Amino acid sequence: MDWLNDEVLRTILATLDATLRVSTPLILCAMAGLFSERSGVIDIGLEGKMLAAAFAAGSLAALTGSAWLALLAAIGVGVAMALVHAFACVTHRGNQVVSGLAINVLASGLTVVLGIAWFRQGGQTPSLPSEARFMPLQLPLADTLASVPVLGPLYRDVISGHNLLVYIALTIVPLTWWIVYRTRFGLRLRAVGENPLAVDTAGISVARLRYSAVLICGALCGVAGCYLAIAQNAAFVREMTAGQGYIALAAMIFGKWRPLPAMIACLMFGFLDAVAIRLQGIELPVIGEVPVQLIQALPYILTVVLLAGFIGRAVAPKAIGVPFSKER
Amino acid sequence: MTNHPVNGGESSPPIAIELQGISKRFGNVRANQDIDLVVQRGTIHGIVGENGAGKSTLMSILYGFYQADSGAILIDGVPTKIYSSHDAIDAGIGMVHQHFMLVETFSVLENVILGAEQGALLKAGISNARQTLQHLADEYQLSVPLDQPTGQLPVGQQQRTEILKALYRNAEILILDEPTGVLTPQEADQLFRVLRTLREKGVTVILITHKLREIMDVTDNVSVLRLGTMVSTQRTADTSMEQLAELMVGRKLESQTFAKADPVDATIGLEAHNVSLHGSKGLTELDNINLQVRHGEIVGVAGVAGNGQSALLEVLSGIVTPTAGHLVINGRTVSASEPMDPAQMREAGLHHVPEDRLRLGLIKSFTAAESALLGYHTREKFNWRVLLKLNLIRETCKRLMQAFDVRPQDPALKSASFSGGNQQKLILARELDKAPSVLLVGQPTRGVDIGAIELIHDKLIEMRDNGCAVLLVSVELDEIMALSDRIVVMFGGRIVGEVNGANANKTELGLMMANAMDDVA
Repeated sequence: MDWLNDEVLRTILATLDATLRVSTPLILCAMAGLFSERSGVIDIGLEGKMLAAAFAAGSLAALTGSAWLALLAAIGVGVAMALVHAFACVTHRGNQVVSGLAINVLASGLTVVLGIAWFRQGGQTPSLPSEARFMPLQLPLADTLASVPVLGPLYRDVISGHNLLVYIALTIVPLTWWIVYRTRFGLRLRAVGENPLAVDTAGISVARLRYSAVLICGALCGVAGCYLAIAQNAAFVREMTAGQGYIALAAMIFGKWRPLPAMIACLMFGFLDAVAIRLQGIELPVIGEVPVQLIQALPYILTVVLLAGFIGRAVAPKAIGVPFSKER
Repeated sequence: MTNHPVNGGESSPPIAIELQGISKRFGNVRANQDIDLVVQRGTIHGIVGENGAGKSTLMSILYGFYQADSGAILIDGVPTKIYSSHDAIDAGIGMVHQHFMLVETFSVLENVILGAEQGALLKAGISNARQTLQHLADEYQLSVPLDQPTGQLPVGQQQRTEILKALYRNAEILILDEPTGVLTPQEADQLFRVLRTLREKGVTVILITHKLREIMDVTDNVSVLRLGTMVSTQRTADTSMEQLAELMVGRKLESQTFAKADPVDATIGLEAHNVSLHGSKGLTELDNINLQVRHGEIVGVAGVAGNGQSALLEVLSGIVTPTAGHLVINGRTVSASEPMDPAQMREAGLHHVPEDRLRLGLIKSFTAAESALLGYHTREKFNWRVLLKLNLIRETCKRLMQAFDVRPQDPALKSASFSGGNQQKLILARELDKAPSVLLVGQPTRGVDIGAIELIHDKLIEMRDNGCAVLLVSVELDEIMALSDRIVVMFGGRIVGEVNGANANKTELGLMMANAMDDVA
């Protein structure tokens, strides 16, 4: 019995550990989307920004060998793409969905073309040595505390042993909450997503607020992309975001545009993903071997089911998707 | 005497605002032409004018929404450039907009500090603001629950929040744009008390309204705008409602009074029996409504906006099926088990002039001819099964435009290009032309200028005299009282009172509208 317990415990810990790794880009992206959408700008371009940032990180890490430069480049590219979105949606009052779509298509095509042109590896960037990546960090006392029952292994195997960006993502969530609910910027951000005219008549620039929100969104997408290319993996691979930007958007909507619930939704998606990986090829009692395809489809099926209304009605910021115009 | 200057003489008080030669045009429309205005400090100054006379444009220029093409603004004698609301606030100007500028999910406190937060973190600013607001509320008798989301407050309190917002920013000049449109008479009286208190404390108040009675009640001076020009500024005490109305319209108005009808023996056109409507969120929108409208009478439905009048119109016109109870329309029964849609309602003789003409009445991008056809396009007269009889449709529209004085008389013009009054006349023409035996009318004169109001009222009375059963829903109490033979009052989705049109009195109706009859009695 002891052996069984140990094995089960190890499986659970490993799954939770994977959950955290898989959820990290989702959490970063969801927080990114939260800033943009709270300001009233729909962002379906999370995916594209993350992809372009991942490519930037992969390329720069391969060229310079520096993970930090790669992170900067990824953030820079994320912000640049966001700037395009803001220019189209805020300055020119364009359709926000179309602009986001354009960014996704642009990123998808451009990363492959540039990848082939620069590295000649079929759109992939060269594999990175560990110095050029963000490698797992051992938190202090991880081994010393390992003998503490339950909490010890939990700390050593789940909490400790991730790379820096995972911890950054986890700090970004309370930070986002604090900014949104406790600062002047947050108050104005929430207001501009609900009633931009009220913000304008209070003497605050709607455009500047929305630009800031969209640029913060771009920066966070940049971090997410960087994580994919040089922390979770050791190179940029074409289409490596694989829909995670959309999943993050869905998670943020499940979370009703609030940071903590959005993070929990991301963790839930991450957990399903981790379980899916672990279940592959495993015989379950009664069911037998679960088809891999079904398991991989699970997060997406869940998205549809949850979006269909199981989670309760999500009330979006009132002015979302509506370009602000002073003309009355 | 009409252009008597207000700023002359040495004894006159200092000037808060002076506008010199303000002009503003939008495309071909000259919204403001060479406007001069002097507002004395510590007075209540009324600005009246018809819709489209340029009142809102002028105030928008003063509050930094638009920049004037030419002219100067002097605040306390100092030439001031106002490029944005921010500049206006800095110059000590506060504005209470007709449609409140509130974030409904925010508390009163958060709404007040928005844009005046005192620092990057909210905590300190919020506790400071709480004290300041407490103080302001006491000083001006403007108590509002500070921590409640503004969206849940009654409109009167939302308006106070707006006033507090301005005072919190140390506004010395307060502009109110049509402030009483959404208030009960009692709430409006309260507002005027607040305005008088503000005046005593030295605040300058500019009151924009089209209700002349309010001007007479509360203002010290009054300016009249007509077609973008300032036609008169004078002391309120020196003028009269009749004179102001004449100045606004530019011609003499005959006062409209209509004889009341009392057709007790006539047949019933429209009847509601215990009609209830439960909304999607479990909200009771209509609660046990019982109502009769006889042929040859106008029944007015009074009430503050948002007390179920819209739901009532939707149920009676067939847009929404009642959840309980039934209707009888010219003898035909309608209920949840035997519903009728608006088209069937029209076949049964019930026609509807909706309250929101832009959402339900016409389609903005359609031509006038197409809008004048809406709802009747399937009639055999107007089409050969697949193709429309365009010539006939255009001719019909032209005839309707003539009969109802719709200007410009161009069936090919886009519906959106007509003024509110002309859009309304077009819709009215479309429905009345079909000689309905039951007519539902919602807010027939909302956003409509005085000239058009006369015509609309005449047409409704004419319908009544021809034996039509008319149900009139309006938030304008004066209109309800002028036209209705019987008046019912709605509050919270219920009918809370009924009075005879001939001996209705405003105070009593106002108390019913606030559902405060029991408190007083």
